[in-house]
Amino acid sequence: MEYLLDHYKNPRNYGSLQNPDITHEEGNPSCGDVIRIDLKITDNKVQKVKFTGKGCAISQAAASILTDMIVDKDVDYIKEINKDDMLSALGVTLSPVRYKCGLLALKVLRSGVHGIKNWPGEEE
Amino acid sequence: MEKHKVALESLDPYRIRNDFPIFERKIRGKPLIYFDNAATSQKPKSIIEVEKRFYEETNANIHRAVHTLSYESTVLYEESHKKVANFIGAKNWREIIFTRNATESINLVAYGWGLHNLRKGDEVLITIMEHHSNIVPWQMLRDQKGITLKILDIDDEGRLKLDELPRLISERTKLVSVIHASNVLGTVNPVRHVINEAKKVGALVLVDAAQSIPHIPVNVTELGCDFLVASGHKMLGPTGTGFLYGRYEILNEMEPFLYGGDMIETVTIEKSTWNELPWKYEAGTPNIAGGIGLGAAVDYLNRIGVEKIFKHEREIVGYSLERMSDFPWIELYGPRGNDRVGVVLFNISGVHPHDVAGILDEEGIAVRSGHHCAQPLMRRLGMDIAVRASFYLYNTKEEVDKFVEVLREVRRLF
Repeated sequence: MEYLLDHYKNPRNYGSLQNPDITHEEGNPSCGDVIRIDLKITDNKVQKVKFTGKGCAISQAAASILTDMIVDKDVDYIKEINKDDMLSALGVTLSPVRYKCGLLALKVLRSGVHGIKNWPGEEE
Repeated sequence: MEKHKVALESLDPYRIRNDFPIFERKIRGKPLIYFDNAATSQKPKSIIEVEKRFYEETNANIHRAVHTLSYESTVLYEESHKKVANFIGAKNWREIIFTRNATESINLVAYGWGLHNLRKGDEVLITIMEHHSNIVPWQMLRDQKGITLKILDIDDEGRLKLDELPRLISERTKLVSVIHASNVLGTVNPVRHVINEAKKVGALVLVDAAQSIPHIPVNVTELGCDFLVASGHKMLGPTGTGFLYGRYEILNEMEPFLYGGDMIETVTIEKSTWNELPWKYEAGTPNIAGGIGLGAAVDYLNRIGVEKIFKHEREIVGYSLERMSDFPWIELYGPRGNDRVGVVLFNISGVHPHDVAGILDEEGIAVRSGHHCAQPLMRRLGMDIAVRASFYLYNTKEEVDKFVEVLREVRRLF
């Protein structure tokens, strides 16, 4: 809980990039949470990443944690990050009703890098 | 007589809680504090038993067969309509149509009456306070029939701007559809006044009583409304139950909403004629057990007394507002007077409503966070979402104390 709240109160990589290579924004219409992620890609690696957004502590902290996870990482690595990786990175056990909060950032990231709405072989 | 007066004084929520099996439930090892009554109420054992007994002893389809079970089922189901009619002061039990919920009841009026009686240029007046269920069906008619939808605004405290009514109501107004008690702000609207204004131009009036019927004495004959809708599951009844009250002459003239079994009188391949009220509007095998359960809910409410429930809730909501006003970091919405039901809408500054609700849930406290199916109202109040605590006859001041304690914990965490 403390870890998650720290990321919420002091978000890492908050802001936006000038001329990003990839930028993507999505939201959860039912609760109004929104996240946008900007990526600067050099040699197939994430050189810089920034996010902005609004919403609950879980959705915003997850974006902070996720962006921290992907700096200097290969785009191929990013494509491999799955829901379980994301949920376990949060440091708390979410109740199922909050999964969509915890997974919004990953959805935005994967939609951005894959250029599709849903990630392969999985339902939204 | 003196004794009766004493009995009206107050209700003992601790005794009432014994009637509700769900309060034996623990949430994460903590006693359940249920503050989500505006969404649906909990159910007393007696009502659960009535449904169970129906399935075990009586179960059969109604109006269909000569056998004993069918006859008994039919009698029980009809009796339930009569109980609801008495409960809301309807003169004729055939004016009560059982539906799944208030939403379906409004749709029944929109399709059965609106679609066949409204023409391009006609106006329907609603308020900015409405639940989506009292907005979207009229938007459908606007798009299909070319009617105009007019909106009555609220002031900053969340009360209807009644002085704007004369400007909004005219000869073109054919229906005024208004929420009795707000599921978001708890405001109890002066529907009597709205009805009087509407009657001056001959408009019909629909009262959305989903949030008032469970909590305030309501009498359709005294009100003089043409339609009234409510949800049974918010008044201790089973889920999948609700009803529409409509004036007999209007219901008799209206077109059916759903076509099929039980709603017909005769069918030939060329033409069909409709069954008598209320069956004309209850096509197909209805929710028989649920409908009988709804009758039992009315019995329960009558036994306790809705007056007493209202008084108790006012005490709980007053106490909550008093406790919550102590903290400048709690933003409270809605009117501060006595003209409200047991609903408290609030936000904790700097904390997202879902996070507030999530932490309350950790402590076994059920509240609702979101837009409460009233997005236009939330926008009018200048916010996206908020937390809602809503009370009923089994809630106690002790529970409110625990709730406030957890809110302070939320504040400390963030």
